[in-house]
Amino acid sequence: MLADKDRIFKNLYGVHDWGLKGAMDRGAWDDTKALITKGRDWIVNEMKASGLRGRGGAGFPTGLKWSFMPKESTDGRPSYLVVNADESEPGTCKDREIMRHDPHLLIEGCLIAGFAMNAHAGYIYIRGEYIHERDRLEAAIEQAYEAGLLGKNNKCGWDFELYVHHGAGAYICGEETALLESLEGKKGMPRLKPPFPANVGLYGCPTTVNNVESIAVAPDILRRGAGWFASFGRPNNAGTKLFCVSGHVNQPCNVEEAMSIPFRELIDKHCGGVRGGWDNLLACIPGGSSVPIVPAAQIIDCPMDFDALKELKSGLGTAAVIVMDKSTDVVRAIARISYFYKHESCGQCTPCREGTGWMWRVLTRMAEGRAQKKEIDLLLDVAGQVEGHTICALGDAAAWPVQGLIRHFRSEIEKRIDDYAANPHGDSVLQAAE
Amino acid sequence: MPKLIVDGKEIEVPAEFTLLQACEQAGAEIPRFCFHERLSIAGNCRMCLVELKGSPKPVASCAWAVRDCRPGPNGEPPVVNTKTPMVKKAREGVMEFLLINHPLDCPICDQGGECDLQDQAMAYGVDKSRYEENKRAVEDKYIGPLVKTIMTRCIHCTRCIRFATEVAGVSELGAIGRGEDMEITTYLEKAMSSELQGNVIDLCPVGALTSKPYAFQARPWELTKTESIDAMDAAGSNIRVDVRGREVQRVMPRLHEDVNEEWISDKSRFIWDGLRTQRLDKPYVRIKGKLIRASWSDAFAAIADKMRSANAKKVGAIIGDLATAEESFALKKLMDQIGSPNIDCRQDGSVLHPKYGRASYLFNATIAGIEEADGMMIIGANPRKEAPVINARIRKRWRAGGFKIGVIGEQADLTYDYAYLGAGPDTLADFTKHKKAQLKKQIWLIGQGALARPDGEAVLSMFAKSVHSVGGIADGWNGFSVLHTAASRVGALDVGAVPGEGGLTAPQMAKSKSLEVLFLLGADEIEVENDAFVVYIGTHGDRGAHRADVILPAAAYTEKSGIFVNTEGRPQLAKRAAFAPGDAREDWAILRALSDVIGHKLPLDSLSQLRQQMFAAHPHLAKLDQIVPADASVLAKLSKLGGEAKKTGFKSPVTDFYLTNPIARASAIMAECSRLAAGKLPQAAE
Repeated sequence: MLADKDRIFKNLYGVHDWGLKGAMDRGAWDDTKALITKGRDWIVNEMKASGLRGRGGAGFPTGLKWSFMPKESTDGRPSYLVVNADESEPGTCKDREIMRHDPHLLIEGCLIAGFAMNAHAGYIYIRGEYIHERDRLEAAIEQAYEAGLLGKNNKCGWDFELYVHHGAGAYICGEETALLESLEGKKGMPRLKPPFPANVGLYGCPTTVNNVESIAVAPDILRRGAGWFASFGRPNNAGTKLFCVSGHVNQPCNVEEAMSIPFRELIDKHCGGVRGGWDNLLACIPGGSSVPIVPAAQIIDCPMDFDALKELKSGLGTAAVIVMDKSTDVVRAIARISYFYKHESCGQCTPCREGTGWMWRVLTRMAEGRAQKKEIDLLLDVAGQVEGHTICALGDAAAWPVQGLIRHFRSEIEKRIDDYAANPHGDSVLQAAE
Repeated sequence: MPKLIVDGKEIEVPAEFTLLQACEQAGAEIPRFCFHERLSIAGNCRMCLVELKGSPKPVASCAWAVRDCRPGPNGEPPVVNTKTPMVKKAREGVMEFLLINHPLDCPICDQGGECDLQDQAMAYGVDKSRYEENKRAVEDKYIGPLVKTIMTRCIHCTRCIRFATEVAGVSELGAIGRGEDMEITTYLEKAMSSELQGNVIDLCPVGALTSKPYAFQARPWELTKTESIDAMDAAGSNIRVDVRGREVQRVMPRLHEDVNEEWISDKSRFIWDGLRTQRLDKPYVRIKGKLIRASWSDAFAAIADKMRSANAKKVGAIIGDLATAEESFALKKLMDQIGSPNIDCRQDGSVLHPKYGRASYLFNATIAGIEEADGMMIIGANPRKEAPVINARIRKRWRAGGFKIGVIGEQADLTYDYAYLGAGPDTLADFTKHKKAQLKKQIWLIGQGALARPDGEAVLSMFAKSVHSVGGIADGWNGFSVLHTAASRVGALDVGAVPGEGGLTAPQMAKSKSLEVLFLLGADEIEVENDAFVVYIGTHGDRGAHRADVILPAAAYTEKSGIFVNTEGRPQLAKRAAFAPGDAREDWAILRALSDVIGHKLPLDSLSQLRQQMFAAHPHLAKLDQIVPADASVLAKLSKLGGEAKKTGFKSPVTDFYLTNPIARASAIMAECSRLAAGKLPQAAE
């Protein structure tokens, strides 16, 4: 279990002062100038050495991402830092806590990251529904400006302007290039890659888009050293991580823990165990709604990190752990997730636009049992036709839960179909969660 | 150039090529819906997926550049496969997705037979559907009188949106909603305002956007297709005229990179219903103030009667805007034989004259040259109304960046930004002593709005002076460019159909009290105000026919073969696609018969003889589709012409784009468009 002294987010639960003074008491903004003076290369190397992988879901090494940015502007184009605070993945609620309880960690991180990538301007794109968080964040930025920590000729020694831009509530705007489009005032539709944002990003300029958590942990990593951060977790899965545990546990919570903590330990230590005991666990979606579901037997002793979950054909994603006990109607649950992706598909490219609706319709029937068994394979095939054929990863995100369901709960679907076929007109099929 | 292996075949292509281009060069066929050479890349249909070795997923070949491909571990060239099972599966998948919500209404769809979706479903799809849910239905949208929408058929390729925003320059089309609820619309169901909107019909790969006037008229395989030249403006757009029986069913653009690329204006495309109405299909003779149907011989007799008593010097002829070069040549010859100097092809009163040299009335920079230019000055013209296709080319150049545009004349919405310098000759005068500009390839475009006025010669002289002083004419570059509005004009000027020694110009002929006989060869844009005996040779019951004493029915531009010389001086051969109605005859034949009746027989018996004689007299017209560059040195003389210019501002001659000629004025579609453009037609959303 992570010791209190090793926590980065010391005010995760908002019991202390969120403001500048409180944050400074907790160690934020402590001689940021010293970090800046150590130079860009030192920062990027330290980030690389820390083994921090992007906290937005894909797990791309953050230091490496920063190193892609041009060191000097050779053609007059400025560089930009964009922070992705459009946290909309169902189950995920970690960035919200950072922004409303510890916004200065993020702001200081922005300044340092901005320096590391030669950007004098940063934009925080915050989810439209996060109204309270936006107010907090804006107030915190105001405090930082007043204290001379941001802006021109600030105390930190790197001119940096930080802006908050709020979205209008589209999930797709959390995709980095759709986010950039939206930030530019256009319809939030993902761009084709390549070119990648590090080359052609916001307003055609080199841009790095990072998750809130990735940026917020940067100052602490630099202060305490890469070795400290890398000491947590298994190799290649270093650091501490915010886990958002929801669903059928006794005390759902957000908690900062070391990476690679076994699932059982995470749930027992922080969430008071699974509702009805471990025997009652049915399955778990370990990384937000877009990753495939993992059945109880496989997840119980699995270390919660990128590589271990990948071996289970799932993923750590945003570490939004959704726990389901045996009262869950797993087919309906996935059908609901499928509806979400159908609703949030931007409509730009064919497989996702047409495929998400198809999958949702078939799944909805399957949840009732009003389907044929051969349609299970059809569904799997359709999911395969969506996965990997789209412009952005939303197509994959829509296909994975369906694939996960069929992989592990095919028998459940078949049983549902049999039950319905045996009594198609009665209300013999009880529905859970109602 | 980087190497690439496509389906086992090694090729070398430029690094900026996309994989799609590279594959095509290697001979592999790549299906596509959203990709179009002249539009930006959207990459959204996913039909063009190919396998790129080293990439776990198939990549969209339309959007992936060759330079983005990584070489193999030992520096081997990147490998692209277009025929592997992975690619086949991907295409089948995309095809299936496109079809699940596409209605099965091919039998009643106007796109049937020329539908990309139909063709590619045959080639790349599977033969049955696995989709058992209800299909999506989308409400149809009103987007104007020209384009019919059946939005359920839409596959969201966004070609129409990209065309409207990029080429046409009006951001009126867009997509609302997201996911499967995405719909293409003009937002408030307003009509599109572009003069090029008809092109979205060709761009639409399915039957979502089809031609409204052509709806349910014909099937593509029933139509006889004739490649011809458009006569609605002076750009000389290449068209294909589709005919069933005697009637023109539709007009489509034809590819010509140097002229119209693959666009045509709405007037060119939708004019065809005007070819059926108000047609003159019988000769008429005015008896006691009323036009009475007559036979050809009666009509000729009436003319011969009049000509016998007429003084040769008091006979005149005006050539209209839709005449071919051959007709102008024949009429000029006839007037020469009669012994009259009174012939003019400039019914708008323009001062352009072959005596100043051929360079003085051509668009010397050429249409394709616009793309090389680095600056442009537009004087007394509104290219958007006068030649929309040329305007699209200017916009294309402007979008590419580094292109400065200035305008002297009317301040109109040209679909691109420009510096507005002033309204009239005063502003132009500032440039006559201007220092040389930095720009290497300037285009100085002057329209008839600056030339068709009493002080036109002074303006032309000032213009020539300005072009010289600012440096519009340099080695290997002649930026002196005249934008014509009449398809016949350059051809007629080339054959010298202008007043001879002591001859009257067109406006003078229309007013001169002493003129006895006036021949109008399709001249409808001029009011004949005197008592002359008017012989109207033309196609429609328009202004000229109303004033006529004898009407000789002639053939419209789709019903005859002839050469049209466009504003650049490019002679192009229009071919006959249909026959003229009733007793109407081709104009050259009418002139030949008339010449015989009035005793000045033209020495020719066929169109080819006429053409040979014209080629002999004007050899450059024989070089079809080639521009013979005009000698720019004559322009120096032009600038010495001098003269006093008035202060009135330049005004474009085209006030109503949709009604510029008799065919257009007979067209119900054009009338509707015109009312709409003038704000007189209530729209759906109102």
